[in-house]
Amino acid sequence: MTATAKSMAELAQEYGLKPEEYDVIVRRLNREPNAVELGVFSVMWSEHCSYKSSRKHLAKFPTKGPRVIQGPGENAGVVDIGDGQACVFKMESHNHPSFIEPYQGAATGVGGIMRDVFTMGARPVALLNALRFGDPSHPKTRRLVAGVVAGIGGYGNCVGVPTVAGETNFHHGYDGNILVNAMCVGLADADKIFYSAAPAADLPVVYFGSKTGRDGIHGATMASAEFDEDSDEKRPTVQVGDPFAEKLLIEATLELMASGAVAAIQDMGAAGLTSSSVEMAGKGGVGIELDLDAVPQREEGMSAYEMMLSESQERMLAILKPGREGDGRRIFEKWGLDAATIGRTTDTGRIVLKHKGEVVCDLPLAPLSDDAPLYDRPWTAPTPPRRLEPHDAPAPEDYGAAVVKLMSCPDMASKRWLWEQYDRHVMADTLADSGTASDAGIVRVHGSRKALAMTSDCTPRYVQADPYEGGKQAVAEAWRNLTAAGADPIAITDNLNFGSPERPEIMGQIVRAIDGMAEACRALDFPVVSGNVSLYNETNGAAIPPTPTVGAVGLIPDYARRAGFGGLKAGDTLVLIGETHGEMGASLYLRELFGREEGAPPPVDLALERKTGDFVRGLIRDGTVRVVHDLSDGGLVAAAAEMAMAAQVGVTLNATSHPHAHYYLFGEDQARYLIGTDDPGVIISKAHAAGVHASVAGLAGGTAFASEAGLFDIPLDVLAQANEGWMPRYMG
Amino acid sequence: MTKAAVIVFPGSNCDRDCKTAIERSTGAKVDMVWHQETALPEGLDLVVLPGGFSYGDYLRCGAMAAQSPVMREVAAAAERGTAVVGICNGFQILCEAGMLPGALLRNAALKYVCRAVGLDVVNGQTRFTAGYAGQREVTMTVGNGEGNFFADETTLDRLEGEGQVVFRYRDNPNGSARDIAGVINIKGNVLGLMPHPDRAFEPELGSADGATLFQSALASA
Amino acid sequence: MKAKVEVFLKPGVLDVQGKAIEGALHGLGFADVSDVRVGKTIEFDLKGADPAAAEAEVKAMCDRLLANTVIEGYRVEVA
Repeated sequence: MTATAKSMAELAQEYGLKPEEYDVIVRRLNREPNAVELGVFSVMWSEHCSYKSSRKHLAKFPTKGPRVIQGPGENAGVVDIGDGQACVFKMESHNHPSFIEPYQGAATGVGGIMRDVFTMGARPVALLNALRFGDPSHPKTRRLVAGVVAGIGGYGNCVGVPTVAGETNFHHGYDGNILVNAMCVGLADADKIFYSAAPAADLPVVYFGSKTGRDGIHGATMASAEFDEDSDEKRPTVQVGDPFAEKLLIEATLELMASGAVAAIQDMGAAGLTSSSVEMAGKGGVGIELDLDAVPQREEGMSAYEMMLSESQERMLAILKPGREGDGRRIFEKWGLDAATIGRTTDTGRIVLKHKGEVVCDLPLAPLSDDAPLYDRPWTAPTPPRRLEPHDAPAPEDYGAAVVKLMSCPDMASKRWLWEQYDRHVMADTLADSGTASDAGIVRVHGSRKALAMTSDCTPRYVQADPYEGGKQAVAEAWRNLTAAGADPIAITDNLNFGSPERPEIMGQIVRAIDGMAEACRALDFPVVSGNVSLYNETNGAAIPPTPTVGAVGLIPDYARRAGFGGLKAGDTLVLIGETHGEMGASLYLRELFGREEGAPPPVDLALERKTGDFVRGLIRDGTVRVVHDLSDGGLVAAAAEMAMAAQVGVTLNATSHPHAHYYLFGEDQARYLIGTDDPGVIISKAHAAGVHASVAGLAGGTAFASEAGLFDIPLDVLAQANEGWMPRYMG
Repeated sequence: MTKAAVIVFPGSNCDRDCKTAIERSTGAKVDMVWHQETALPEGLDLVVLPGGFSYGDYLRCGAMAAQSPVMREVAAAAERGTAVVGICNGFQILCEAGMLPGALLRNAALKYVCRAVGLDVVNGQTRFTAGYAGQREVTMTVGNGEGNFFADETTLDRLEGEGQVVFRYRDNPNGSARDIAGVINIKGNVLGLMPHPDRAFEPELGSADGATLFQSALASA
Repeated sequence: MKAKVEVFLKPGVLDVQGKAIEGALHGLGFADVSDVRVGKTIEFDLKGADPAAAEAEVKAMCDRLLANTVIEGYRVEVA
């Protein structure tokens, strides 16, 4: 044991517990904990496992709805998609490990989120990722991009789950803390969802999967501390992923579930055996006793502490029904997995660990969850920036150059270099992916006419400017992207990435972003069913831009009635749905062309958002339109340019009556869509009937991206080269 | 009714895709056969080695799968004239098992590549490609990290001379020698290809050209 | 006995990894580097006392599994 010379109180601090937290433990136990027990407390009470800084505010999220089968609190959220089927999904961060070792950090992030989904009985059918890197000119960025992308591909491709959508941003605010948020979507039978609560005492606890080594010890506490200059020394704690083992684990787990042997199941994720055993027993209101000598071990001489805190990957813990251990053995043998019965559930309400014939831990379970710290951290309300006035945003000197620059800036440039490294087609149900002109990834529900649409969204510069409006916008944009694909938005998973909650201004970002998100979720009937919080994303006191990533899923009842933005034909008219005032605050235009990150972000009118979206979805559903694109970063110009490039057909945008053309072209007003149609009259009259604003915005044809007013006229191939060229050039 | 089998190795991940593709495009009955089996089902018209990462692609892609018990039976069936097709990892396995010439190396760009590719049907006379009739170009997708076909020059000349090059990339995604995407054995009943017909069997998937390959393979049964 | 097998691509086979590493080394200023080849080493314990027999057995392992002789060569050391 490492603790011989140190006092337990000192060790507690080393493990990331605050002195007052340690005092609570001693009071509750009526004695000092030993080192193993301290380890158990430290991981269960880490920010990562206990949500101690955010829990109070997360409670504001709406989590119920007619389709919600399981909300937050389990491994993943579960929603009803009809016909006895359920969709299971969650997003989770692997930020700190990915910064330290990008390939393995990202790979194990993908592995971990898949386990969360198949642990609930669902077969993973799609992966998404939301990546934020530092400025491209930062010396570490290129290597981090290369490593993270290779890691995501290396893991997901091997397991055989398509990576269908994602987003990638670059900003100097992430120079010292990149974000790697991975989302997994799975399918299950609605009546065969598996949970982690142990149902009774005296049942066998079975470990299966890979052996336990010394990987990632204290990863959960690492994810709950900020970086400093010495962070490179934390390297040895990074876990190594084995996607082949994960593939075998998926098949074995689903087969074990189908055999009827499973009473409860939990993957060993952050804090490994500790959190899985504590949660299973704690949620079930029983106790648990484990014999650590029985744990399959990869290395010799592992201590109880190391085994309990190991974050070795690709491991599961199951509580089997009485007499069903034989089923387990047969299945584990077939798939070549290590497995052992390592203990039993008890009726004591305690977790008891034995190692080499001695009891090395004997704790009541209740305090681990009930007494977990809950902080109402002080926060200061962010000051909303002022709304920009018309004269605040200058017109470009050269519109053509401005359009090309915008479409080739790191955030807008094609990410083909990246997503071509992801298998997007395995499982043979992908209808739309990153390589398809679509606002959402779309995968069929195997063997049916239904499809799931999915997206991941956040505009950190909006959240930075105004956490409340930015939070609303992240949810609204996800809802809009699903709508633009023709889906009924169902629910979201959130991945809240922020700096240190111990700083009132950061806590203010957290609180207000959650307020805004919750407001949008309520207004759009878009409940939160799962989520993850990643705090302390800061280095030497500099926090990341607040990044509450929203992962969302929607249902397309018949995939013949869906939309994308790639089908534009010469002669089609572009119809702009929604109102344009020319919102330039916190716009990509201001940042990329003038280096200005200022002004209030575009306000999100949720009622308007809903009315407009419902109208557009209706057009897709009744077969009126198939070519739809939402407007977001870069406004009308970006959406129209993307439609032109995807279809390889020119587009000429109308002259505008707006007094400032650049506001109309580049403004980022919300609740807008661009539709390509050969019958604009019918769409405009339907829009007027529905009380939705619609106007002709341009015409498809020719080989240039141009403006009728002569502001720009860019050969399409020049634009496409600029858009496609940045990333391969950057990555060399 | 025609009958096919898909071999499942640990780490195969296109096994279900192959089954679905064959069923939907041909109506054949498809059995899944575990790699440890020592006998194939009776009366097979087609054996498919699916894509994926058998044994995690560890050591070399396909190397360990090629040593599986079931591969002896697959080789014996091929000897008897049963049609065998290896797709992606299945192609790698066939090369490792010595049932097809050449080997698949790391992609020239050192990266996994997933994209739609145009293919020339170089030999439309095989039992797998007869259905393409006059169709000279087909579209499928690739998804591989080691799809770079290699054989020595003499072998390549021989393959071309004997009509064993079946598919060629129009825009080579991985550095394959002479743009080769698929080859057939001299007897004409064992085909290996890197592109995925099992991901191109319905228009919704971007192409239905893969269906023709399965239809041809089973029509000639 | 300890067996050590080194597997490498045959001279005629383009070693794309080797090429990339060579380029990177040149980029770092190691201009004199050429002909970089990437291989792998496989080590294991082997029962038995006769080195000649062991070497023959390891070579059989190489031919059957550890190397693909279409593209790879190998060196065996038994000690």
